[in-house]
Amino acid sequence: MSTTAESGPQPNDINVNPVEDSDALLRVNGVTKHFPIKQGILFQRQVGAVRAVDGVSFSVSAGETLGLVGESGCGKSTTGRVITKLLDPTAGEIIFDGKNIADYSRSQMRSIRRHVQMIFQDPYSSLNPRHTIGTIVGAPFRIQRTKTERGIKAEVQDLMARVGLNPEHYNRYPHEFSGGQRQRIGIARAVALRPKLIVCDEPVSALDVSIQAQVVNLLEDLQSEYNLAYIFVAHDLSVVRHIADRVAVMYLGKIMELTDRDSLYEKPVHPYTHSLMSAVPVPDPHKEARRERILLTGDLPSPINPPPGCVFHTRCPKYRAVLSENDKQRCRSEVPLLEPKSPGHFAACHFPEIRTDLATAQDAGVAGR
Amino acid sequence: MSAEPVEVRVTKPETDAYLSVRDLRVHFPTADGLVKSVDGLSFDVHRGEILGIVGESGSGKSVTSQAILGLHKGSRARITGEIWLDGQELVGASEERMRALRGDQMAMIFQDPLSAMHPFYRVGDQISEAYRVHNKVSKAVAKKRSIEMLDRVGIPNPDRRYSEYPHQFSGGMRQRAMIAMALVCDPKLLIADEPTTALDVTVQAQILDLMKDLQREFNSAIILITHDLGVVAETCDQVVVMYGGQCVETGTVDEIFYEPQMPYAWGLLTSMPRLDRSRQDRLQPIAGQPPSLIQVPKGCVFNPRCAYQDKVGGDVCRTQHPELVPLSTSSTHAVRCHIHPEERRRIWADEIKPTL
Repeated sequence: MSTTAESGPQPNDINVNPVEDSDALLRVNGVTKHFPIKQGILFQRQVGAVRAVDGVSFSVSAGETLGLVGESGCGKSTTGRVITKLLDPTAGEIIFDGKNIADYSRSQMRSIRRHVQMIFQDPYSSLNPRHTIGTIVGAPFRIQRTKTERGIKAEVQDLMARVGLNPEHYNRYPHEFSGGQRQRIGIARAVALRPKLIVCDEPVSALDVSIQAQVVNLLEDLQSEYNLAYIFVAHDLSVVRHIADRVAVMYLGKIMELTDRDSLYEKPVHPYTHSLMSAVPVPDPHKEARRERILLTGDLPSPINPPPGCVFHTRCPKYRAVLSENDKQRCRSEVPLLEPKSPGHFAACHFPEIRTDLATAQDAGVAGR
Repeated sequence: MSAEPVEVRVTKPETDAYLSVRDLRVHFPTADGLVKSVDGLSFDVHRGEILGIVGESGSGKSVTSQAILGLHKGSRARITGEIWLDGQELVGASEERMRALRGDQMAMIFQDPLSAMHPFYRVGDQISEAYRVHNKVSKAVAKKRSIEMLDRVGIPNPDRRYSEYPHQFSGGMRQRAMIAMALVCDPKLLIADEPTTALDVTVQAQILDLMKDLQREFNSAIILITHDLGVVAETCDQVVVMYGGQCVETGTVDEIFYEPQMPYAWGLLTSMPRLDRSRQDRLQPIAGQPPSLIQVPKGCVFNPRCAYQDKVGGDVCRTQHPELVPLSTSSTHAVRCHIHPEERRRIWADEIKPTL
């Protein structure tokens, strides 16, 4: 069971700090995004903030896929949007290719956009219904002025063929395509300028299973062909396990656990990761019947007023069942930092579950190798 | 105005099932042509049993459930076939008759509880209303009953929650309130249309647990419509796999997951990444796109995407429509495929199962 050998194309992602990897393509350091809540009609004053993302740090190397998983409202999509600067961060650094783009203006961002692209969740609302496919996929070339008008058409038709669309459909409109085909159009647009990083925000969750597999395979092919780095935002843990090299688990705006794929799925140390994995139903009736479930009670607390200390303690099964009163006090008052619990395995928990046996992980529906 | 059944048979089919659907067809005439959303679907659901209907979007799963509830009455839909609910035929039933049954004998849980609830009315009042439509009781009694139901489905502080509005509930709580609303009249048949698709996995696990508990408690029949095979494996007893408006394979949950025989069912199982198996390098998707329901493929509805047509001689797959054939006379496992059963069994055992 080697965790280092398969942890990704870059062997140096086992490092001490998640952001100390100096030659990474993207380093995100303490990024925070608070949406102000305002009151008053003429003179608005801020009365609070939705802490959508609260001090998130990680790095992504060239050609690597980082999965961002969590429940809805945990800030995974906001993180993706802050990295592409569709939203400006409240605080923190976003270092892309050695430049801190956190404070870049729109015009400064234009040169960066060539290298950082995005694929959206909903293939229906992310394509302009009044533009043809040629216009949509050709837009990046026109904006960046990298090609002549004739060159654009040839390039777009090449791209369409590359993502599995018929190049003769150049002049068709989005409504003439099915959901899976539309998602391919969005992918063609994102890879048009050969970016270095693509933020994929739930790219397959709106698609049927059989189509989902086609799109996942396409994303993997494009990655190896163009050496793309992906930030793969998704709530589906099985898809993330398939595509990601490293995975960050988010909860209420914070990263709870960050490590390479195999250690995360085989030896999760954070109680939240554990419960998340045990909740995924597996398509095997006998295994389902035998499986022990860690049921989380209640809902996600409000990010306007997150719990003090560890944000997860209100729903934590370990906090409720195992910990002593003294330990509980620590969970309630002290914010756990994202620290390495074993080499390359980061978790934000005072009482992580360091396991030597694999039995529990298998109960949680994760196969040993 | 309402759809007239072509043939009204007054004899009930020989079955003790609570709900039995026979050769149901729901067709919608449109400007582009006739959309055959459901085309010849038959199944039975017994009390105390959960039937899962699986399929991709556009396979006709939701239209089936709407037809059972009579929600197409008064629309342009052409509905033929028979739906028997506890000895009553529903396709030819009047709108008033259906209204009396809906909520009382059968109820539905929708996918998106935010759009299924009225945003201007308090959650509790909406549940009470559903109760008072079918029971001649005072408002106070209805309120008491609603609070009981809210409590039963696991909503904390049901007294206070009773007078809150849907937007004040979280997604999971709203779905619990929907379940309370559906169960308030103690229906014998519950249709859940993608009840957990809009929810997170942790909340999904809670809701599925709740549904299983309630089912045992009330001994009701449940139809669970979903696209998630994991949810089916966890909750269902019987499964109907739909494709292009038809049932392509049906059987017990064990038969569908451990001995599937239809290439489409194989495709579904191989195309999904699974947490319970070691990771594969590549997923094996089903090639092509789901069929158009206006121009349903000739022959087997799955033939344009099927990789096993060479197992059948000639162009039978493209010209002859296969029947849904039970594997044996006593078996519930039935498959709509031209490939010889022995050959199918061999392909599953030798080629598909090892790759999973």
